[in-house]
Amino acid sequence: MAVIRKITLSSLFPPLLALFLILLFNALVQPGFLNVEIRDGRLVGGLITILNRSVPVMLLSIGMTLVIATGGTDLSVGSVLAVASAVAISLIRGGDVNPTANTAMPLVFVILITMMVGIACGLWNGFLVAKIGMPPVVATLILMVAGRGLTQNITQERSLTTGHLPFGEIANGFTLGAPNQIWIAAGVLLLFWYFTRRTAFGLFIESVGANKSAATHAGIRSTYILFIIYALSGLCASIAGILSASNVLVIEPMNTGQNMELDAILAVVLGGTSMSGGKFNLGGSCIGAIILMALTQTMFFYGVPVEFSLSIKAVVIVIVVIIQSSTTQKFIASHFKKLRKREVPTQ
Amino acid sequence: MQMSDIEMNFPGVRALREVDFTLRKGEVHCIMGENGAGKSTLIKCLTGVYQMDSGTILFDGNKIRPQSVSESMKLGISSVYQEVNLCPNLTVSENLFIGRQPMKAGALVDWPKMNRLSQKALERFNLNVNVTRNLDSYSVAVQQMVAIVRAVDVSAKVLIFDEPTSSLDKDEVERLFDVIRKLKSEGMAIIFITHFLDQVYQISDRITVLRNGELVGEYLTEDLPRIDLVTKMVGRDFDQITSLQKVALAEGRDVVIEASDISVDASISHMDLTLREGEILGFAGLLGSGRSETARALFGIDKISSGAISIKGGAVHLKSPITAIKNKIAFCPEDRKRDGIIADLTVRENIILALQGRMGMFQYISRKKQNEIANKYIELLGIATPDAEKKIGELSGGNQQKVILARWLATEPDALILDEPTRGIDVGAKAEIMKLTLELCEKGMAVAFISSELEEVVKLSNNIIVMRDRKKVAEIKGKDIDQDRILEAIAGGDKEWQS
Repeated sequence: MAVIRKITLSSLFPPLLALFLILLFNALVQPGFLNVEIRDGRLVGGLITILNRSVPVMLLSIGMTLVIATGGTDLSVGSVLAVASAVAISLIRGGDVNPTANTAMPLVFVILITMMVGIACGLWNGFLVAKIGMPPVVATLILMVAGRGLTQNITQERSLTTGHLPFGEIANGFTLGAPNQIWIAAGVLLLFWYFTRRTAFGLFIESVGANKSAATHAGIRSTYILFIIYALSGLCASIAGILSASNVLVIEPMNTGQNMELDAILAVVLGGTSMSGGKFNLGGSCIGAIILMALTQTMFFYGVPVEFSLSIKAVVIVIVVIIQSSTTQKFIASHFKKLRKREVPTQ
Repeated sequence: MQMSDIEMNFPGVRALREVDFTLRKGEVHCIMGENGAGKSTLIKCLTGVYQMDSGTILFDGNKIRPQSVSESMKLGISSVYQEVNLCPNLTVSENLFIGRQPMKAGALVDWPKMNRLSQKALERFNLNVNVTRNLDSYSVAVQQMVAIVRAVDVSAKVLIFDEPTSSLDKDEVERLFDVIRKLKSEGMAIIFITHFLDQVYQISDRITVLRNGELVGEYLTEDLPRIDLVTKMVGRDFDQITSLQKVALAEGRDVVIEASDISVDASISHMDLTLREGEILGFAGLLGSGRSETARALFGIDKISSGAISIKGGAVHLKSPITAIKNKIAFCPEDRKRDGIIADLTVRENIILALQGRMGMFQYISRKKQNEIANKYIELLGIATPDAEKKIGELSGGNQQKVILARWLATEPDALILDEPTRGIDVGAKAEIMKLTLELCEKGMAVAFISSELEEVVKLSNNIIVMRDRKKVAEIKGKDIDQDRILEAIAGGDKEWQS
């Protein structure tokens, strides 16, 4: 009893349950959908596809989790993703008009510069929020809009493609049988987990998010923390941008990363981090991202028309959010309490 | 109204057991008890915030069991809290009529009528405010009055005041009491909860005392002398505060903080002070006289515009709390909820926060060490919590204050600034905190002690700085300390205070 109670009250339980139910539905209705097999030494199958495709939103949601934990939101991540994609592809093409298989610059530099652009975008957000004191939604909305313009400037208002295959390998290649993207996401998650939970950074974020004034009184440099947080969110967006560009080898200024900030926020909420700031859960956000992709893939698989699929997605999300709302959690807790009481006389 | 055999359990805690409470028409009934005695829980059972596990409530002879606040309000039970729970960004009249606006033509709000009715309702209590202005353009006292007027206007039969006077000054309290007396004479039944004993005796007819979730008894106020009340509340002979002995000053003590001629824009002007190790420096003065502001300047929250501060002989530029913390200064802020506790975090996290803040992000205190520190101070300060992983927001006020103290003691400071450390906590915890302050001082810590309860300052301090109108007006030392002298200094030329 105690074990079940502990599991159901754990913060990861609602998102994991939701993911399990979606996968179970698929496994029952369409056996084979989730099959994972090894073909040519590579893992392939429905489950891997879902994991692999959820990577960009997962990366965004990792940065977003920290921003939301400080009580903010970063609406600019979709646009920063586009900026990063554009920077990466332009750097690879150099001044070249036609896409070639050559790169104008070593790939390592392309990646580093792109990540720095992402960090710079994040620092700008951090400046507006922490130094100027703008509400985070407004501050990041500015870059959300401006980022699109910046992307168009970089690409000169066209779609840019590249035929550079090594660059494509970053997202499309396999290492040790699994897609590179999954390794990268796992690595970023691990790094962020380590950085937040094995240093005091996580505690500082939570204290600034839960009560900024009290945190400042206790000697936490909240301005500094906010700067780092937004920079990290920008960094995550730029990594997602590199992967997205590498995956399709094209940047479309108005489409790349469109609405992805909203998916990232949803993933964080599904993962059980409260929008009001404070305690956060990086793993939960990643599961949230997988739930979103699992839903999308399921809908694709059954050929549900787009106009319905979004509504179905919405319904599922509402259910998950209700399950993990504090009211429901309290209900579950009190239910267990009653059960325990009933057990007492029999003992 | 009658509540009997009320029982309420929380996970791991029995909050109320077999509590009876009777409220009669036209009386002011105080519920007294230490923090965690079950006062708030009892009220919340009555107003439907919590559902009691067992027991009955008879209201006008009918059995009721409110499931929500709105249900109890419909029955005629309204409450006014310390924190005003109205909408500050709406106008006064909107606040009065929200959810029950007078309508015209079926669907439109009849604004003129609403404003007229609001004005009339407020005038009944001699309250002259512009009902079309936003609520937050008025002081907390006025806002509270508006909350009361709203409660009364919703035709309440029972009105509950939960710590209504904590944020009011003397005149405002007097005005509130006038209103309460008026309501009482109109036959309303009033429940009044406060930590101020003076106010209990000023306003109440009857007192119910709770302790540890159990009923101690119901008494007529006139039959219960003050000392008996306190004894019943704390359940032990109340001689703790009176028995406290000041710390004897040793010779040749080092100066810890020295401020010379410091000013802060719009809060203090040309202030000098010296704080030595092993002494308690008290601050006396009215609200806004500059006591808390001085503390804030010494901790680097407010920047000084002129003058100099030196710590242990070295000049320092305090530009933020972290600079002060690095110089081994600690500060328990006045507003515990806003500036002290981080309600969502655990007791452990709240305790290690300042230490970790000083050590920086990368010198992480291991979980094992964190537990050690937390448990050490939980034991040392007698913090009542099931374990270190409980959220601090779920503790009582006195225990929250002890956690904040623990947070600072963990940083092993040289100087401790306590701004109203005993505010909003029960008598027992007050005595404990004062005792602790003395013990710390005995071990050589320099303490600055600010309290609006003059008695406490007089009891503890070796030296007292009296402030008025942002200036230091007197510094009273050692044997010269006595209450009347301080009052005189606080009052200055003001005759009213010299009586």
